[in-house]
Amino acid sequence: MASRKEGTGSTATSSSSTAGAAGKGKGKGGSGDSAVKQVQIDGLVVLKIIKHYQEEGQGTEVVQGVLLGLVVEDRLEITNCFPFPQHTEDDADFDEVQYQMEMMRSLRHVNIDHLHVGWYQSTYYGSFVTRALLDSQFSYQHAIEESVVLIYDPIKTAQGSLSLKAYRLTPKLMEVCKEKDFSPEALKKANITFEYMFEEVPIVIKNSHLINVLMWELEKKSAVADKHELLSLASSNHLGKNLQLLMDRVDEMSQDIVKYNTYMRNTSKQQQQKHQQENMQRQSRGEPPLPEEDLSKLFKPPQPPARMDSLLIAGQINTYCQNIKEFTAQNLGKLFMAQALQEYNN
Amino acid sequence: MATPAVPVSAPPATPTPVPAAAPASVPAPTPAPAAAPVPAAAPASSSDPAAAAAATAAPGQTPASAQAPAQTPAPALPGPALPGPFPGGRVVRLHPVILASIVDSYERRNEGAARVIGTLLGTVDKHSVEVTNCFSVPHNESEDEVAVDMEFAKNMYELHKKVSPNELILGWYATGHDITEHSVLIHEYYSREAPNPIHLTVDTSLQNGRMSIKAYVSTLMGVPGRTMGVMFTPLTVKYAYYDTERIGVDLIMKTCFSPNRVIGLSSDLQQVGGASARIQDALSTVLQYAEDVLVSADNTVGRFLMSLVNQVPKIVPDDFETMLNSNINDLLMVTYLANLTQSQIALNEKLVNL
Repeated sequence: MASRKEGTGSTATSSSSTAGAAGKGKGKGGSGDSAVKQVQIDGLVVLKIIKHYQEEGQGTEVVQGVLLGLVVEDRLEITNCFPFPQHTEDDADFDEVQYQMEMMRSLRHVNIDHLHVGWYQSTYYGSFVTRALLDSQFSYQHAIEESVVLIYDPIKTAQGSLSLKAYRLTPKLMEVCKEKDFSPEALKKANITFEYMFEEVPIVIKNSHLINVLMWELEKKSAVADKHELLSLASSNHLGKNLQLLMDRVDEMSQDIVKYNTYMRNTSKQQQQKHQQENMQRQSRGEPPLPEEDLSKLFKPPQPPARMDSLLIAGQINTYCQNIKEFTAQNLGKLFMAQALQEYNN
Repeated sequence: MATPAVPVSAPPATPTPVPAAAPASVPAPTPAPAAAPVPAAAPASSSDPAAAAAATAAPGQTPASAQAPAQTPAPALPGPALPGPFPGGRVVRLHPVILASIVDSYERRNEGAARVIGTLLGTVDKHSVEVTNCFSVPHNESEDEVAVDMEFAKNMYELHKKVSPNELILGWYATGHDITEHSVLIHEYYSREAPNPIHLTVDTSLQNGRMSIKAYVSTLMGVPGRTMGVMFTPLTVKYAYYDTERIGVDLIMKTCFSPNRVIGLSSDLQQVGGASARIQDALSTVLQYAEDVLVSADNTVGRFLMSLVNQVPKIVPDDFETMLNSNINDLLMVTYLANLTQSQIALNEKLVNL
């Protein structure tokens, strides 16, 4: 159900972004090397994203929103954002575009950057590599060269440190999406592996001086105790969940592999049959090659399975594995620290 | 678009001096607020001593003379009645995202505008008012008139409602360290939108070297039957954080320490290292204290220290060894499996592309 919501959301965002980008002409011209080397985010945007998820994202799987900002040389500066309402009714599609237009118009009145530079989405344990995300990001990147998608992981953040990542589609993948041709041949030609689908762009956080003053003020006034979630040793739950999701994906992957194998087997069987036919023909050399036409009718080549899904699954598995490895690295560190404490005690 | 200020009349005509009128040290220009005239009875006043800012003023009418800048003489017509005491007690809980938003819109203000104003959104509950969102509203302010684009405010509120339907208009904010006459007018506008709106000031001009953040609610004062005026009574401001917000603010706060105000996001062991460094700092502070205080020390602190040292659980070394080893084995196994999966899919990729 979440994917359906994402689907409608992404089609709406795509149409609105093309409409919005038409009058903004910020194209950096030419693909090749990526146009964005770094993403600079205002502290305000971080806080807004956190708040949006906290308040609206408890029940459903993803919350989404739009990022506003501007492009400076090879840096993408994100200065503000606003959230997207979630789909509760199915007939609210037109609301999306209208909402976005109105919001941007209003923000322009108060001098907030109204240029669309990307979108953000929350994720559940890191499972964000889906077809819907790909489509959305493609339409964004097609319209605005430098757009990124920010993935915010609230569960990982609650564990102790902010987890915010910026992704873009690689130029190669953009090419493939443009062609809309996801057959195996096209993918082979483009030489895309799952590692080259998304590229991560490093993020830095920048604050203005006045915000720094505000931070000092808050530090003095709010006596909220420091939460040491990061150093907690009881984290097997999180790991278990991650592994569960990984296992599901691997299952899907194996199904996909089985499908591919059957396809291969079918094509090879066909080849054999064709071979036999030709042999028969060679035996009856004298006769005119009438059955040639029948060949193509008799043997319809089996459909090659779509490769895009398996690429996405592979990408997702890769993300899960990265997360798990990062997690275990941290936990090993913590365990060794605990050991040191114990040794000292004895 | 300036309208004559119509003060709102409160049910009790005489402000009754409340016994718990605690002192407030507020600089002269801001109207010295008195706790007295709030129609709410004891429960409201009992939270007063907890208020950071309370008035030294004698209860009742004497603060009237200091109110000159904030008062607007009104026609002797009662306006719509204030619906009862200030809802939600006298504590305002702010989220940091509000303040960051306000500062940001102040930085983006139009040329020539001295301050910015905007609407506050949030929820009300029994004990406090929680402000969770805000947006700025364009306005024009000159010597003698104030124009606020209320249409815009309404539109934005509608849009915001689509995302979070639970948020209500709670009041409004303004930057700057003063409450001016125009504030009263604007407060007027907002009282039409929300019952008993709160007013938040964020001092971006950094008077006294601090960015002071204060909240007020308006109350009636004056001689009953004659000219009534409006006075802004302070409220306690507390900061509320979600857990994730706390972590976000901690991270953002690090930009204060870097030269060009830029920080990157760390990963993996760096985070653990950072967190343990913080604990190390805290421990060294505690150690310093313990060393400085030799004989006569606070008993409570001593007890805390004792419990701190005993936090490290005493486990038989062998048991601990087995626990540690099994945990490490688990983690290593998971790492191995993750690596295996990754190489598996890479291999699959290669095979498919043959």
